[in-house]
Amino acid sequence: MAECACNNGIKLIYSCSGNADVGEIADRAARVLRKEGFGQGSCIAGVGAGLQGYIQSAMGADVNITVDGCPVGCARKILENIGVTPVSYIVTEMGFKKGGTPVSPEVIEAVCENIRKDKTEKSEVQKFTAAGGGCGCGGNC
Amino acid sequence: MIKIEVLGTGCAKCNKLEELARKASDDMGIEYELLKVKDVSKIMEYGVMVTPALVVNGEVKAAGKIPSIEEIKKMIGGR
Repeated sequence: MAECACNNGIKLIYSCSGNADVGEIADRAARVLRKEGFGQGSCIAGVGAGLQGYIQSAMGADVNITVDGCPVGCARKILENIGVTPVSYIVTEMGFKKGGTPVSPEVIEAVCENIRKDKTEKSEVQKFTAAGGGCGCGGNC
Repeated sequence: MIKIEVLGTGCAKCNKLEELARKASDDMGIEYELLKVKDVSKIMEYGVMVTPALVVNGEVKAAGKIPSIEEIKKMIGGR
């Protein structure tokens, strides 16, 4: 659903949706977060395909959040390729192993909780930005 | 004829973008038609996730922000 920018602090959430278990977990966690209103879902494939609607939306959002399965960070890098620095979350950096993690509701919820409460190691500025505050630079200005 | 579309559900920012797009087009002296697109399903067909958005001849030029009038002129002019 398209979101009006009159509502300040628009957050777009993307996942890598990769083929590995952690990619599927990233995908499903992002969907949970979208459904509960943590942020608004968008499509990293659209950005990667060069579709201007998705690209301009990323550039116009206050915050872009990526959930990648592994450190390859495809979703993050796709946004970086268009000059957007997201707040990046990586499933394997939350204690889950690529190729050895069940795609279970418990794991998905644990990933969501890590993102909601930002239990990952990020600077205070990045945490502030992920929560919807700041200038939308992803904590890099 | 240049087709300009302002995507948005009718909020203050959408109205402002429409006003600026119209002024930019008039200043440029071009022949244009300006359409307001409020239908969310049509907005999403463009892949736009954040409104307001400006579309020129079918290409999304901006979303989630109001460009300056000079920026809009460049977008309309294809530069």
